[in-house]
Amino acid sequence: MTVVVWIVEGTWPACVDAARRHAPQDAEVVLLHVTGHEVADAAHGAFAGLLGRGHPERDPGTRVEHLAAASAESLLQAAAERLDRPCTRVERSGRVEREVVAATEGAELLVLARDGDRATLGPHSLGPASRFVVDHAPCPLLLVWPEPAPDLTTMPPPPARPPHHG
Amino acid sequence: MLALVLVCAVVRPFNWPEAVVAVPAAALVVATGAISPGHALDEAEQLGPVIGFLAAVLVLAQLCDDEGLFQACGAWMARTAAGRPRRLLAQVFLAASAITAVLSLDATVVLLTPVVFATAARLGARPKPHVYACTHLSNTASLLLPVSNLTNLLAFAASGLSFTRFAALMALPWLAAIAVEYVVFRRFFATDLDAGAQAPHTADAPELPLFALVTVGCTLAGFVLTSAVGIDPAWAALAGAAVLAVRALLRRSTSPKALLRSVSVPFLAFVLALGIVVRAVVDNGLDTALGHLIPDGTGLTALLGLAALAAVLANVINNLPAVLVLLPLAAGSGPGAVLAVLLGVNIGPNLTYAGSLATLLWRRIVQAHDAEVELGEFTRLGLYAVPASLLAAVAALWASLAVIGGG
Repeated sequence: MTVVVWIVEGTWPACVDAARRHAPQDAEVVLLHVTGHEVADAAHGAFAGLLGRGHPERDPGTRVEHLAAASAESLLQAAAERLDRPCTRVERSGRVEREVVAATEGAELLVLARDGDRATLGPHSLGPASRFVVDHAPCPLLLVWPEPAPDLTTMPPPPARPPHHG
Repeated sequence: MLALVLVCAVVRPFNWPEAVVAVPAAALVVATGAISPGHALDEAEQLGPVIGFLAAVLVLAQLCDDEGLFQACGAWMARTAAGRPRRLLAQVFLAASAITAVLSLDATVVLLTPVVFATAARLGARPKPHVYACTHLSNTASLLLPVSNLTNLLAFAASGLSFTRFAALMALPWLAAIAVEYVVFRRFFATDLDAGAQAPHTADAPELPLFALVTVGCTLAGFVLTSAVGIDPAWAALAGAAVLAVRALLRRSTSPKALLRSVSVPFLAFVLALGIVVRAVVDNGLDTALGHLIPDGTGLTALLGLAALAAVLANVINNLPAVLVLLPLAAGSGPGAVLAVLLGVNIGPNLTYAGSLATLLWRRIVQAHDAEVELGEFTRLGLYAVPASLLAAVAALWASLAVIGGG
């Protein structure tokens, strides 16, 4: 059995803890991190917008790419230490939500965290990326709250009763 | 000819420096009589001090980086953010606004952006809001001083304002535009900023580069002093750069070759050549073509119209040629009109991530085979931030002109 744990900056400890608790002892745990292109591209673009500066070796986007690779590695390292059992680390880059779905192929469980507005229970607790993954994942999901979940009183009130006909 | 120079500057065939095409183009327009040698000389005389000023600021920023100013800035941000992404965003806004204003937008884009990314990564915070803040502020926060942006230096030379009056008139628009950006960022990235982060484990604060800070402070004071006694403030920038350069050379932390590289001579040649080519285009009919598009006067609507026109032009070509085209046309209406053009060309480029459609299109073409450039989010952010901050900045400029006067 393969359990994929999606590691995202800020919310990953809850996912690792959930994997420790719920993944069977004999399961193969895969720690997955995906680096999006858009941050380095923004830095590339800002430099390209500086007309006439030349010196492509000064492009901050390239430095950001190297830093991103180093940071992903240390994030996975920290996650592996917290998990404290044998695991595989996988680093991918591209469109984050699509890469995550692609990485779950053949897996029997994906652990991920809510990444939206976490003050109230409800659909906004899923951001665009995790919404996409929840909607498209081909495997069962374990969706955790990164912090203790908000209490039930935050649930939106039920919709008004439809007018009674008949 | 202008189109050719711009295309080559964006495309950079064979990785040539931009000046390789721009300088012969400038020579050609003079040789063919498209611009009279007198006008070309005028333009060169006007651009000369601007270019010297620019060179001094580029060196100053590079030497501050060598002294570890930006590393110290990153450590300060990490420490004071205390693991809270919203506070980190506020620190990034403070640092990027100050660095852009004093050491120019090049410093923020090239030197600060990687430091901000590394800082966010060290805290385990999502880097996107903070890096995007750097790229936005490198434009928006470049309104304050003539040294903040090359466009400002060009306008400063044309406006006839003193350094201090320029800064006084632009202070309110600068604050207004940054405040609007901050509100937009807090709302736009609410989810990413909620995601939490860890406080840094190690408290290893690198030594504060006091010497560099004091030199920059003295340079700023020098700007005020030189403009008060009527000397070109470029000398103050030159003095600041010279102090740091001599110290770095004595300590052998830099070489004359590295210094020369940070002066970026091809870039300076490119600016000069571009100025001459643009002047030729303006002399040969662009002024009458654009002349009736330019609103007269310095009322609020005229200023808004000018800023909007400048923003559009900056987005189509690039803000450097845009400001060169619009300056001679706006200068007739007084400093208020020139500053309104600056608001447009400085804030406008945030609409597209590469500063202009021309650059954007080219980047699309070269990257078509690679992963597609995926910055719909950046453009959406620009659509929220640019019109709002432009409007706020123009209103603030109008108020400043009413209180201080354009003199």
